[in-house]
Order: sequence, then structure tokens, then C-alpha cells
Amino acid sequence: MAWFKKERKARISQRTKLEIPKDAWERCESCGHVDIRERFERAFNVCGECGHHRRFSAEEYIELLTDAGTWRELFGNLRSQDPLKFENYADRLALAMKKAGTSDAVYTGFGRLEGLPYHIGVMNFAFMGGSMGSVVGEKIARLARRSVDKRLPLVIVCTSGGARMQEGVLSLMQMAKTSATIGVLKAEAIPFITILTNPTTGGVSASFAMQGDAILAEPGAVIGFAGQRVIKQTIGQDLPEGFQTAEFLVEHGQIDDVVPRGSLRETTARILRHMLGHGAAIPPAAQTLS
Amino acid sequence: MANAYTLDFEKPLLELERQIDELKRVGEERDIDVAEELKALQAKLESLREDLYRNLTPMQRVSVARHPKRPYTLDYLGSIFTDFVELHGDRLYRDDLAIVGGWARLGGTSVMVIGHQKGRDTRENIKRNFGMPHPEGYRKALRLMKLAARFQAPVVTLIDTPGAYPGLGAEERGQSEALATNILEMAMLPTPIITVVIGEGGSGGALALGVADRVLMFENSVYSVISPEGCAAILWKDASQRERAAFALKLTGADLQSFKVIDEIVPEPVGGAHQDPDAAGEALREALIRHVAELKKVRPEKLVRRRGEKYAGMGVYSEA
Ligand SMILES: [Zn+2]
Repeated sequence: MAWFKKERKARISQRTKLEIPKDAWERCESCGHVDIRERFERAFNVCGECGHHRRFSAEEYIELLTDAGTWRELFGNLRSQDPLKFENYADRLALAMKKAGTSDAVYTGFGRLEGLPYHIGVMNFAFMGGSMGSVVGEKIARLARRSVDKRLPLVIVCTSGGARMQEGVLSLMQMAKTSATIGVLKAEAIPFITILTNPTTGGVSASFAMQGDAILAEPGAVIGFAGQRVIKQTIGQDLPEGFQTAEFLVEHGQIDDVVPRGSLRETTARILRHMLGHGAAIPPAAQTLS
Repeated sequence: MANAYTLDFEKPLLELERQIDELKRVGEERDIDVAEELKALQAKLESLREDLYRNLTPMQRVSVARHPKRPYTLDYLGSIFTDFVELHGDRLYRDDLAIVGGWARLGGTSVMVIGHQKGRDTRENIKRNFGMPHPEGYRKALRLMKLAARFQAPVVTLIDTPGAYPGLGAEERGQSEALATNILEMAMLPTPIITVVIGEGGSGGALALGVADRVLMFENSVYSVISPEGCAAILWKDASQRERAAFALKLTGADLQSFKVIDEIVPEPVGGAHQDPDAAGEALREALIRHVAELKKVRPEKLVRRRGEKYAGMGVYSEA
């Protein structure tokens, strides 16, 4: 065994040197499987060995869920303020903008999915852990209102650590603000699908994430209201295996299905077509609007 | 009234209270007239209490909001409401005692009252889970709200909770969904809703009873996205920095009024609602009757539209 291991290691490193630059290799965080980055990318950053869904950027979700060339960002001009004068928040915002390269923790826009015109919101974990402050709440609410006005279905890809503490009770009120507009959307029979990715917790899970007409989740995604550390402290015992994962939620009847990343596009489009197939939501005229 | 319930910042009052007791004892024992001195000391005590309460730090206010003698939902149901008929259970799983609700009369009007309920001692607190509901509690609350709406009855919710319960069962039974559904349904409920934060307004567990046409806060209540302890633990890895966190979070009634999140502050007697529950109750009763009368005049569709517009306007951002 020892010589085999040794030799295999040697062979890999030799091949690396010969064919592929060292930084083109990536390792699955879950099973340790090593593969060239390109192969991970072609599989939507899902491990070919164990199926682990690795971090996928907000930009990649937009690419995955919109037809080429159809994405148009809306409300991208909204910027967070510091209404509480919360210590360090202004600096943290500036840093987050620089690091994430975006203006806040959600993208909102128009696109087409298998030809269907729709509105899509994609949360961005890279920006302060996808936390929901006034800007996230306002962008989601505006997108939902625009969905009602244009009679276009709405899809939101969620990922969030929760409310943005630095905006205090104003961040809490974003749960009410987004929910109130989703309420109107529902009353108007505009289809609404949420896709929960790792992690979706706190104020986002307790508002629009759990209000979808269909709620889909990626395999292994952690979804819940309370944080695992806090629960562990409160109950004074370890959490059961798989607690708060997508699989746990579907088993407990909390979400509609667990859908692998590679099937998200097709599944979302299929559900939308079912809901749209009755002439309720989209008049033909709206199909040309963007 | 010196006792184990004295808050840290009230310690200066203890010394004066001790002097008053001593003076009374001496007066009785030696049968001398101490009325004059007693009056002076009592005046001093009251003015010191007033001073303390006029300048409460945010964290001191949190401790008043959490005071174990503070009136709870059932206390108000017994004092300012009449004809209370408690309704139990969510019809799905069980009756969550951390939330109580039912029909009650306010002045001449039947209303649906729903509120968090804390316990006064350990035994009661176990029963009430320290005012931290499970999903079935929120579902019971929503059932009662929809019932009220069907009969066009106003809904009054009283908020007093550290927050939703962070436990296994709560997550298994869909805590997120229960909160999300209540918040959405309250935004759309076609009947007047008045919310009063009577003690602690803790995060999502508070908001799940708190989407309303009018939101009021008692003077010494607090309302926050996270507890000062939780905030300090996350930001500075140190729960003892709660003074700093309480200040940063801007969780007092005056703060929330400046953000236009609440509509009115209900005054409390000096020293907090627990010093004079009747006076606190009377102030609450007056405010509730006034708001119910105003809202009953508005058509349900208009009420819901206005409520939606109110929440649509919440938040602070700029447009580049
Ligand atoms: Zn793997």
C-alpha cells in the first residue's frame, strides 16, 4: 500500500507539472476529492464524487437561471445608509462593497428562463453574509411590486445569515415590508418560487424564503430560523445528524423538494409553466415587456 | 419596597428606603412625631427615583422591560379588559402556553386579544417557556386573528417575548414558516390590528404578533432585532458588552418613533409599570380605546392598503 500511495502521489504531481498549472486543481471540502477546476465548473461546482454542493456565486446563479443575454439588472442604484450610526457599520459597508464588488447583498432584475420572461432576485452571501438590511428589503419589495405591475412571475434565490444587525429594528421591519408585498403578489396570483441555498437562516428564512408557492432547496443547504450554536447552548446537547439541512426540511414537510443545482433551471421552468398554464397570470402583451 | 427585585441601578434608592423604614420604627418605638422628617425623606426618595428613571441608559431600560414584577398580558386581561374568554390551541398540534388569546371586551367593544405570556416564578416559567413560543403558538395566534377578521372584530396584540424558542422541536415543526406566515397574513388581515409592546420585543418572535395598523410601545419597553447579549456575543464575542450593544441597537421607544417604526409611546408611572400597574393599565386602556375607535371607521380594504403602504415605507437607503 505504502509504495502505491507514494507512486500515485508522484504521478499526479508529475502530471500537474507537465499538463496543468498547479492552481487549476481544486479540492472538494466535503470528501477531499481533487479535480481540475474546469470540471467542477462544468458541474456547477458540484463535486462529481460525493455530490457536495460547493459555494456558487450570485453571478453564477444568474447565469444558471437566465437565458444567455436576457439578464437586465433593476434597482441596482440602491445603497445602504447608516441610520443608527452603529459603530463600524460604515466601514464594514465600504469594505463589503470592495470585497464583494457589488453594492449590497441582493441582485434584482429581469431575465428569461427557457424563454419565459420573469423577475429574479439572487442574494449574495459574499456581501456581509447575505444579511438583510433596508436595501435588501427594498429591492425585494420593489421587484415583487414590479412583478404585480408587469404580471411577471418571481423567483428568488436565497442565502442569508439573517437580519443585518447594524440596522437594528429597521432590518427587522424588512421582514414585514417584503412579506406585505409578497402578500399582494399572492392575492394577484403571480407565481412565486423560492430557491434556498446554503445557508438560509434568520430573518430571511422567516419571511419571503418560506412564502414561495414552491419552495425548493439545494442538497445539504442549512435552512432554519435559529442558529445552530444558539440551539446547542439552549438545549445543552448536540444536534442530531443532518439537523436543519434541506433533506431534514423536506422530511419534516417544510419545503417542496430538494433539487440538485444541475436541475434547478429545468425544475423551476417546469413549475412556472404549470402555474402559468391557465391564463391567470400573464397576458400575452406582457410577454414583450421587460 | 426594598426586595430581591431591586434592579442594579436602583441600589441608591435602597439606602433611602432603609432610612425611611428605620425612621418609622424609631418613631413608633419612642412614640415621637417623625412626620416632618419622614415627608422630607420620602420626597427625596421620589425625586431620586424620578432622576434615575429620567436618565435610564438603554440597558437599564432593558432591565425594567424584563422586570419580573412587570405586568404581563394576563394581568392586563384581568384589569383593563372585561369578559375575557380564553381560546386554546392551534387545532394542529397543541396549545402553546407562551401565547394566550381570546375574546375580551374593551370599553363597549369586543376585541380579540393575543399576547405573549411570561411566568412569574420558575414553575410558571417552565409552563410558559419564559414567553418564548413554539410554531404552534404563532399558529394559534393566527387562527384567532383570522377568526376575529371574519367577524370584523379588532385585534389587539401585546408583545412581551425574548424571542422565538431556539430548540429542536421548534425547528422541526417549521418555526421559519410559522413566523413568515404570520407576518404575511397580518399584513393582509382585513380588520384593525393594534400592537402594543408591553415589555420585551424580541426579534422575529415579536414581529410575528406585531404587524399592525398602529404599533405602540410602553415607555420602558424595548424592541430589537436581537437581544443586547446576543448582539454583543456576535460582534465582540463577549456577552458582557451588553451595555454597549444596547446603546448601539437603538431599541427604545423614542428611537423607534424617530425611525417611524412605532406610532406612540404609552407613558408609565415613575419607577416603571410594576410600581403602579393600575396607572399603567389606565394609560394603556385610554390609548387602545382611542385607536380602536379611529380604526373602526376605516373600511377593511383601505386599512389593508394603508398598512401595506406603511410597511413599504420602512427602511433607510439612498439611490445613487
Ligand atoms: Zn466531494
